[in-house]
Order: sequence, then C-alpha cells, then structure tokens
Amino acid sequence: MIAIIDYNAGNLTSVARAVAHLGFSGRITREAQDIRRSERIIFPGVGAAGAAMESLRASGLDAVLQEQFAAGKPILGICLGTQVIMGHSEENDTACLGIVPGRVRGFPPHLTDPSGQRLKIPHMGWNRIHIQRHHPLLAGLSLHDEFYFVHSYYPVPEDPSCVLASSDYGIGFASLLGYRNLVATQFHLEKSGRPGLRMLQNFCDWEPLG
Amino acid sequence: MLSKRIIPCLDVRNGRTTKGIRFKDNIDIGDPVEMARYYYEQGADEIVFYDITASHERRGIMIDVVRRVAETIFIPFSVGGGIQRVDDMREVLLAGAEKVSVNSAAVRNPEIIAQGAEAFGSQCIVLGMDVKHVGPAERIPSGYEVVIDGGRTYMGMDALEWALRAERLGAGEICLNSIDADGTQDGYELKLTALISERVAIPVIASGGAGRPEHLRDVLTVGQADAALIASMVHYGTYPIPEIKAYLKRCGIPVRMTW
Repeated sequence: MIAIIDYNAGNLTSVARAVAHLGFSGRITREAQDIRRSERIIFPGVGAAGAAMESLRASGLDAVLQEQFAAGKPILGICLGTQVIMGHSEENDTACLGIVPGRVRGFPPHLTDPSGQRLKIPHMGWNRIHIQRHHPLLAGLSLHDEFYFVHSYYPVPEDPSCVLASSDYGIGFASLLGYRNLVATQFHLEKSGRPGLRMLQNFCDWEPLG
Repeated sequence: MLSKRIIPCLDVRNGRTTKGIRFKDNIDIGDPVEMARYYYEQGADEIVFYDITASHERRGIMIDVVRRVAETIFIPFSVGGGIQRVDDMREVLLAGAEKVSVNSAAVRNPEIIAQGAEAFGSQCIVLGMDVKHVGPAERIPSGYEVVIDGGRTYMGMDALEWALRAERLGAGEICLNSIDADGTQDGYELKLTALISERVAIPVIASGGAGRPEHLRDVLTVGQADAALIASMVHYGTYPIPEIKAYLKRCGIPVRMTW
C-alpha cells in the first residue's frame, strides 16, 4: 500500500486517482499506523508552508515523516510537499521538516522572459525539465517532455548534487530532487499527462539502494 | 521556458456536450468524458468545462461527469457555470477538477472570490469575465464593460477595474471572453486582451473568436495572453490540436509538443 499523506494541504484525490490508474493501491491517510505499515509514501500538498507545517506539527506527522525517511522508506514529495521537506521556507518564514538540507525561496519580482515580456507569479503551466543527474525516476522520459507547475516558491538544496533536474522561469531553479530514499517534484506529476504518469510509475517501482 | 496553453472548451448540458460536433474519429461526440479523453490524447494542455444545465436539480449530473473525467485524464481541468457559493466550488474540486471558475456570482458577490481563495488557494479560482466594447464613458474608462447572465445584463462595471479588483481579492487566473468576438471565428479581441493582460499579474486566458491558428498566434503575442481557449475550430475537426501547436511552434511561440 502507498500512503498518501493527508495534512489539510489541498485536494489529494488527483494523486490518489493517478496511483489507482497505474494499478497500485493507494490510501489517503493521516494515521501514523497506516504510514508506518505502507510500502512507500507520497507527500503531496498545495497551499502555504506556514499552515502546512502547523498542521504537520499539530498531528505529529512531522516526526512520523522524519522517522520513515530515516528508516529508508521510498518517499515522493510533490509541490508544497517538496518545499516542506527542506530545512526552511521563506514563505511565512517557516522552519520546515529538514529532511533535505536547504532552503525554499520565492521567485523574485519583475522577472522577464528572453523577449522582455514580464513573467507572472505564480509560475503556472507547462515547462520542461533539464536533467542534471540520472536517476531511476527519469527512466523512459524524453528531453522534450513537459510537466505542469503551479508555484511561487522553489527549493534550493545545500548540496547541488541533489538536483536531478532544473527548469527555467526567468531564473533557473531545481524542479526535481533526489536525496537518498527520497525524490521530490516541484511540478504536479499527477497532472502532467503521460510523462507525469511514467514518472509516478517509476517511483512506484523504485527500490532505493542501501 | 513556460509554454503557452491551448485549452479546448466544452459546453455541457444535462451531462452531454452540446453543439453539433463532427468528428471523423469513432468516439461518442455527445459524451464529455470521451471528448475530454480525445483532447487529452491530442495534446490539449488543459480543458475547460462549462455547465449550462438549466435546472439546479440536475447539477448532480455534472458532478458525476467531473468525477469520471478526473478518472480519465491526467491534465488540469476547470469547471464553470452555475457556481454560486463556496459549497458549489468545494463539490466540483472534490469531484476532481483542478480549478473552478466563477462569473456572474462573483460580480454580484465579489467576496466569493476571497472566500474561495481562502478555502482552496488562489490557484483554484478562475474569474470568468464576459466583456463588451461600449466605448469610454464616465463609469467605463477603459471602454469595456462587464456583462453577466450569459451576456444579458450590463453591470455598469469597467472590465479593467473588475479584473484588478478580482486579482486583489485572490483570483488566480482570468478567463477573458469577448462577447463581440465570441462565435465570429474572426479572431480574438486583441486590444481587450492586451489591456487586461498588461495590467494584471495573474495569467489571462483569452476566449472568443478563434477560427484559425493565426488567431491564436496573434492573441498569444500581440494580445499577450498566457493561454488561448478554443471551441468550434477544434470541435468541428477543422484544425486538430497537434496541427495548431505545430503552427504556433513554427511562429516561435513556446508550446508543449510531446504528450
């Protein structure tokens, strides 16, 4: 069973549907027992870092996630989940889970594209990823595949070798992270058509080494 | 670099797509779920459903459509039409839509935008605007007036002012429909689109008037739109989505070409 963590951070049904579509058994849950019993964990989320961390602390799920990461269970962060696993977020000046050392920054205002057109925040829509480092999560994907993003903040890991892929939106930013038994996407792979489903399938099949 | 989005729009009445849609492919053209699947496979970047079901009692049919669409396609889609309250938004989002759009209800009660953004996040809340060119007047400095109830009721409200106010209230995106251009297939209202898109910091989806790929090129460049809504030109099979995208790419416009 794949535990899909429910912590009052957005609608989890699309993640659960994508998992079911691929033929895996997923369970939307906030119970520590379910999470400990699961084979892998999906940690999604939409919303603001401050409220998300508050909810994780109040429910004790923060400690459960840290413990499950330390135990070596495969974990997939998505969007806000990818930000909350970092050490600290600029959004609401929030101390986060600290599973991946590093920070979360906001896109600077007044970004422009190469033609000089002003870029809007949030970064919303389809964008490419530029692969920096090979990883089983990237199996079967092409250079031209695009993924669906909706975000105003992005992760900046301390160790650049955690960045599996980056994307461009006025500046370059990390859009896919890999750190031990954890992978994390800034984009919504559950809403990114065939390439997103392939990446989700890759996660469901992934056996981290060591 | 962010791709410009191409978004087919489906009108749904009592659980069936309306308009005489002709497809060569062997699909049930009246079934919104099948049509959503078709456009998903054709490379649509997002899909908009507009519920024009007349009676309130039949709203449950639309929720069932939303649920089935969510099980079938794995790209974002939004649902509009008849959204009056935050509870209506919740129902549509929980059924699996990524976004919900409000139009007339937001004009009558702008707080619904703030309430929706607070409850579900701005990224879920699309402001639908129907706009008519009336020429500059004291209350309408931009010359574009907001019209509601499907184009029947003039509100004495300036389109640009309303767009800026909706943005402040927490709308995450604006779907901007020109009543003058709608249904003409003569091209989008470029001046209106550029006027709004230049001034708001949230994405603008241009709607109304698409008949040829050149119209999309113009609204995505001159009109500065972030996305283009299309209906007849794809429903009638005149221009398949891959062909439209290939054309835009040749024009140097960033579009998603693999799916």
